[in-house]
Amino acid sequence: MNFFTRMVLAQMMLGLNNGAFYAILSLGLAVIFGQLNIINFAHGAFYMLGAFVALLGYTSLSVLPGLAGFHMNYWEALLIAPLVVGLLGMLIERTMIRHLYKLGNLYGLLLTFGIALIIQGLFTNYFNVSGTSYNAMPDILRGTVNLGFMRFPTYRLWSIIISLGVCLGTWLIVERTKLGSYLRAGTENADLVQAFGVNVPLMISLTYGFGVGLAAFAGVVAAPIYSVSPIMGEEMIITVFAVVVIGGMGSIMGAIITGLCLGMLEGLTKVIYPPAANTVIFFMMIVVLLVKPTGLFGKDQYGE
Amino acid sequence: MADPQDGEMVKAADLHAHYGESHILHGVSLSVSRGELITLIGRNGSGRTTILRSLLGLVGRRTGSVRIRGVETIDLPPHRIARLGVGYCPEERGIFSRLSVEENLMLPPVVREGGMSVERLYEIFPNLFEHRKAMGTRLSGGEQQMLAMARILRTGAQLLLLDELTEGLAPVIVQALKRLIRQLKQLGFTVILVEQNFHFAAELADRHYVVDRGRIAEMIPKEALAESKDKIDAYLGV
Repeated sequence: MNFFTRMVLAQMMLGLNNGAFYAILSLGLAVIFGQLNIINFAHGAFYMLGAFVALLGYTSLSVLPGLAGFHMNYWEALLIAPLVVGLLGMLIERTMIRHLYKLGNLYGLLLTFGIALIIQGLFTNYFNVSGTSYNAMPDILRGTVNLGFMRFPTYRLWSIIISLGVCLGTWLIVERTKLGSYLRAGTENADLVQAFGVNVPLMISLTYGFGVGLAAFAGVVAAPIYSVSPIMGEEMIITVFAVVVIGGMGSIMGAIITGLCLGMLEGLTKVIYPPAANTVIFFMMIVVLLVKPTGLFGKDQYGE
Repeated sequence: MADPQDGEMVKAADLHAHYGESHILHGVSLSVSRGELITLIGRNGSGRTTILRSLLGLVGRRTGSVRIRGVETIDLPPHRIARLGVGYCPEERGIFSRLSVEENLMLPPVVREGGMSVERLYEIFPNLFEHRKAMGTRLSGGEQQMLAMARILRTGAQLLLLDELTEGLAPVIVQALKRLIRQLKQLGFTVILVEQNFHFAAELADRHYVVDRGRIAEMIPKEALAESKDKIDAYLGV
């Protein structure tokens, strides 16, 4: 295998890693959009919160009375951070977002944008913007594995696998279960689903909690790779919104595939023409908007 | 939950309904006994569909009183009202395009005991069984209407709110629906039917409520139908 091929494959793997984060975040946005019909601008803030729950659980919980010497490990963080952030999301949905459903989705977008600014502002006040490293990576995930064409960091391989697993699991729940049939039906006609006796307001709260919980999960998985910083969500979410525009809001699988492909496209561009690596996704966005404004997997409002 | 002794299924009194700024129903009162089949007739836009939706709480705001099985529902959310045993078949049929025929059929939760089994429903509607793996909106209009009926018969709902069943359907399907409704009546279902096709309604109903500009203008029992013909024609504008 020549040097160029190795380099392409290496960058594609790193791109796949980024793409897995794009996939899990845009998936959460798609699920939330399907039920709440709002574009959740606070998604990046919840991603950041997930990483901070993991970080603070590891470094700072031990100062609390009764928890002396307690350090939340990585595995615990993978479960606890999405739960904590998901509950916070449900609280925000119940107390704030709920009142805007009748007003059109621009209001929801503005509200969640405001929430994102508040959360991010609070954390910027107390934590280092340039980032704090998260050192609770388990030993079993340290080191590298030999993929044949390269040695790849074990943790990055793990993060690709677990992210894809969560994406696939979510897809299965939505497309193949009874609960998922309520969600799909709710996307089309929530009033009618409620008229059949389903507690739709509760379903909407749980969906929002689940969606932002996914973001928090991605935040925990990202914490050992990138440093944990109050602005990590903001940086990530701009790209993720471009991914969502390219994929279209309509489909779960569309969000997953688009996220992965664009991550790899980014990696590929790093080899071929590095200066364009940060802009290639936005270039794609422009092309897709011109050719198919509803996105690659998007449906127009008549479901065609 | 004790059902009232007098066998009253629905009693609406001074029901007002609003969508945003517009005031659609202006004090509707009606009552339907257990096992009765009544129709709401009137012109397009007279408020018949809104009456059905108001009974389920599917309007922006409603005031007055709606008792179902003796339970006051005016402040209940739609999913709680449905759980009292109400099945709703909307005008646009409401078949979900992202769900298969079978998923559509299984979607509404069981609200009371005594609903029809899936096997029985597939017997009654063999077309649905044949296409059960297809996506819901792949069915023909008539089949979609059958599916919309079948899925509320599964839930054990005893009060059926049916909106414009026959709209846009071929005569042979309309006949099949007529037979179905007659069977349901024999089985003891209580039905409120909004129907444009007056002949369809006239043959089935015990009583007719004439709806005009958001009010009940007239109540006509089937015995008085013949002598009220001119009055009805005037209301319907035919």
